[in-house]
Amino acid sequence: MAEKIIAGKTIEVNEEGYFKDASQWTSEMADEMAKEFNLELTEVHFKVLDFLRQRQKAGEALTIRSVGKSGITDIKGFYQLFPGAPLKISSKLSGIPKPTSCI
Amino acid sequence: MKRMLILGAGTAGTMMANKLRKALDRDDWDITIVDQYRTHYYQPGFLFIPFGIYDKNDVTKAKADFFPGGVNVIFSKIDRIVGEENKVFLEGGKVLLYDYLIIATGTQTRPEETPGLTDKLWYREIFDFYTLEGAVALQKFFKKWEGGKLVMCISELPYKCPVAPIEFVCLADAFFTEKGIRDKVDITYVTPLAGAFTKPIATKMLSDLLQEKNIKVVPDFYLESVDNDKKVIKSYDEKEIPFDVLTIVPVNLGDDMIGRSGLGDDMNFVPTNKYTLQSNQFENIFVIGDAANLPTSKAGSVAHFAGEILFENIMSAIEGRPLKAEFDGHANCYIETGFGKGALIDFNYETEPLPGTFPLPGIGPFGLLKNTKINHYGKIMFRWIYWHILLKGKELPIEPHMTMAGKKTQIN
Repeated sequence: MAEKIIAGKTIEVNEEGYFKDASQWTSEMADEMAKEFNLELTEVHFKVLDFLRQRQKAGEALTIRSVGKSGITDIKGFYQLFPGAPLKISSKLSGIPKPTSCI
Repeated sequence: MKRMLILGAGTAGTMMANKLRKALDRDDWDITIVDQYRTHYYQPGFLFIPFGIYDKNDVTKAKADFFPGGVNVIFSKIDRIVGEENKVFLEGGKVLLYDYLIIATGTQTRPEETPGLTDKLWYREIFDFYTLEGAVALQKFFKKWEGGKLVMCISELPYKCPVAPIEFVCLADAFFTEKGIRDKVDITYVTPLAGAFTKPIATKMLSDLLQEKNIKVVPDFYLESVDNDKKVIKSYDEKEIPFDVLTIVPVNLGDDMIGRSGLGDDMNFVPTNKYTLQSNQFENIFVIGDAANLPTSKAGSVAHFAGEILFENIMSAIEGRPLKAEFDGHANCYIETGFGKGALIDFNYETEPLPGTFPLPGIGPFGLLKNTKINHYGKIMFRWIYWHILLKGKELPIEPHMTMAGKKTQIN
């Protein structure tokens, strides 16, 4: 298993850099990880991260569509917040395990 | 008299009616099954229709042929389930009471969810092959088509039968090769996933296969809309792909009735305990097949394996015992790859598709993640097995739980 130092703390991550334990996460870590994606996190970004963390904790499936229906942003907005691969980037920044596609 | 009520008479519901009627005493248990349609479709066969391999008659039979004696059958639309009162309201106001309810209402394709998809090119140059109408319309179109850009696009996850679009492009490659116009057909496979499939080993095998067949893969494309005038598909991050003919896996949603009943997630799939198959909301409601939000494939093989687990757990619930049987998400899918060959994958919640042999370790006869002729025959034989064994709820010589025997975890 891999480890990574983020915002001064040692975090257990999987081979793709996703957190193994969501409880190790802090918002400073999100800010630091966001730099890898050339992102500056705003309040809306953090609302999305919170939404993902809550859904993941409740054991619910995470999809781009569900973020689009969250009331925080729509799907187009989600792509603008986290360009390229919004769900992958946002779940990495929110310190949750990689969402599994139901296939 | 106690009441067992099954909503949905597709693969999963029909199978459960057969299993339970055999097990439950007719003097004590009344079993009722409800569905709005009278025709049973062999859905794995739809894939073959565009290429003229199967026709309408190969995939349709009367649902009534598959219900056991002693089961009440009601053909009606369902209005809603009221879980607190153990009641189901049918369209028109008729009320059914239950002691146990099995939801098997499946998933539906919803092309109207994507702007532009059902516009003027729908069933002219844009087709789905998840409905009989779409598959038949595409067969007619392909008979006359002389070539151009064929785009296969998956709109949204999850969708029914995750390997079907891969099979579709492989069969298209073979079809146009045999027709002698493969050099005039440009095939592109467009997916919201990061690769041809979700899990690394299967993705590698399938990507190599598609490359070998000169089929382009465009990953990470999340469909927003279709422009009928420009003939392009557009993603949410403003990428565009032009097409001459578009074949589409429309957005899949659970039945609207699930939403009206307050039992669904934001795609109308029912939140279900992935091990016991009990609904998260009500102890006497169980969910099977595509209607459940289980993190595994939406496929008939999953419904079949889950059916054995559900049967055990319902019998336990009836007899007041704890629900001990645990579903592992087992899926087993044949993948038609064209030219009389096929591949096979076998996996569950925890284990990704691996290479090896199936069902007998070291012997087979089927090769996992291998492209062989015998795998193709497996798929062809399956139609007979489906009608005669699977729907009737009879045992197949395959365990419901996935086994690691015969699988290789190291790739040479």
